[in-house]
Amino acid sequence: MSSEITDAHAEGSEHGEHETMTKKRIWKVFFILLGITCVEFFIALYLAPHHLIAANIVNPIYIILTLFKAFYIVGYFMHLKFEKMDMALAIIIPILFIIGLILVLTNESHYWIDLRL
Amino acid sequence: MSTAVAQQIDEVKSTPWSGGRSPFNAEYGKMMMWFFLLSDAFTFSSLLISYGALRFSAPVWPAPSLVFQSFPGLIEHGAPLVFVGLMTFILIMSSVTMVLAVEAGHRNAKKEVVWWMIGTIIGGVMFLGCQAMEWTHLHSEGFWWGHTPTKETLQEFFNKGVPFVQQQNTSQQFANLFFTITGFHGFHVFSGVIINIIITVNVLLGTYQKRGSYLMVEKVGLYWHFVDLVWVFVFTFFYLV
Repeated sequence: MSSEITDAHAEGSEHGEHETMTKKRIWKVFFILLGITCVEFFIALYLAPHHLIAANIVNPIYIILTLFKAFYIVGYFMHLKFEKMDMALAIIIPILFIIGLILVLTNESHYWIDLRL
Repeated sequence: MSTAVAQQIDEVKSTPWSGGRSPFNAEYGKMMMWFFLLSDAFTFSSLLISYGALRFSAPVWPAPSLVFQSFPGLIEHGAPLVFVGLMTFILIMSSVTMVLAVEAGHRNAKKEVVWWMIGTIIGGVMFLGCQAMEWTHLHSEGFWWGHTPTKETLQEFFNKGVPFVQQQNTSQQFANLFFTITGFHGFHVFSGVIINIIITVNVLLGTYQKRGSYLMVEKVGLYWHFVDLVWVFVFTFFYLV
């Protein structure tokens, strides 16, 4: 099934691959990245100090915005969105191991807290 | 009957993984750069997740808005995140000039590639300069590997009522992790600048014009964007959270 998708993708991008990142698109992605960073500053410098946003959702918001920025950098600047689907998966799927490390070390740090008490 | 069988065989042969062509449709060096970056992503995430675990288990932590509130050389206090904001902007900007160099390379426009590459190098050098100033500032306050500021200085970075021993322990962890992780990232920026310079010299010498493709620019571009990507995470976890 995945090969069908890849074939369809390849036909569309075989000759058009180099045209996918036009100057216009580059600047569009730049302004998206800049905009997300400005939102983060707005939260950090205005919303959070004035308690206009619940303290416990501030960090998850930062992390989600960061992941958005990562998506735009990897997808557009690093061109991964326009590569073959199989190659993109070969890069992205191993990243899932990192989630494993996050889970393990979060659990471990809970244990460290208990040790201190 | 026989034509039906032949068609079936042809169909099997046409899939990307049935041999005869590169299933990823990517040049060898470019694919290897991707796999190197994957391994580098593991290294950085190990560092950042260790930082997260240590910080999460610590009873207190120096507040980023209090530690990073100076613009070295201009404003001593009361400007949280302004300097790091400038650093982030410089790095995103140099990522844009890099991707513009790659775009110019696709059009075989040698002159444009050179100018955008020079812009990228300038951005990288500016970022390194900013980081040197940030390090010098923190070092002058007393933070370093194995060193924490004096009792009076430390109190500025915590809410009132936190015992000194706790302040000292947690600041030590903060200093070690901060200098290790930003140092490792800064080393990546430094090597990126060196590689960019080498590639720019090659572009000027006409190496890629003779070769007929500016794929090398694209490969160093991948590395440079990765450095920017790591900074996005360092920025979030050290300066915002």
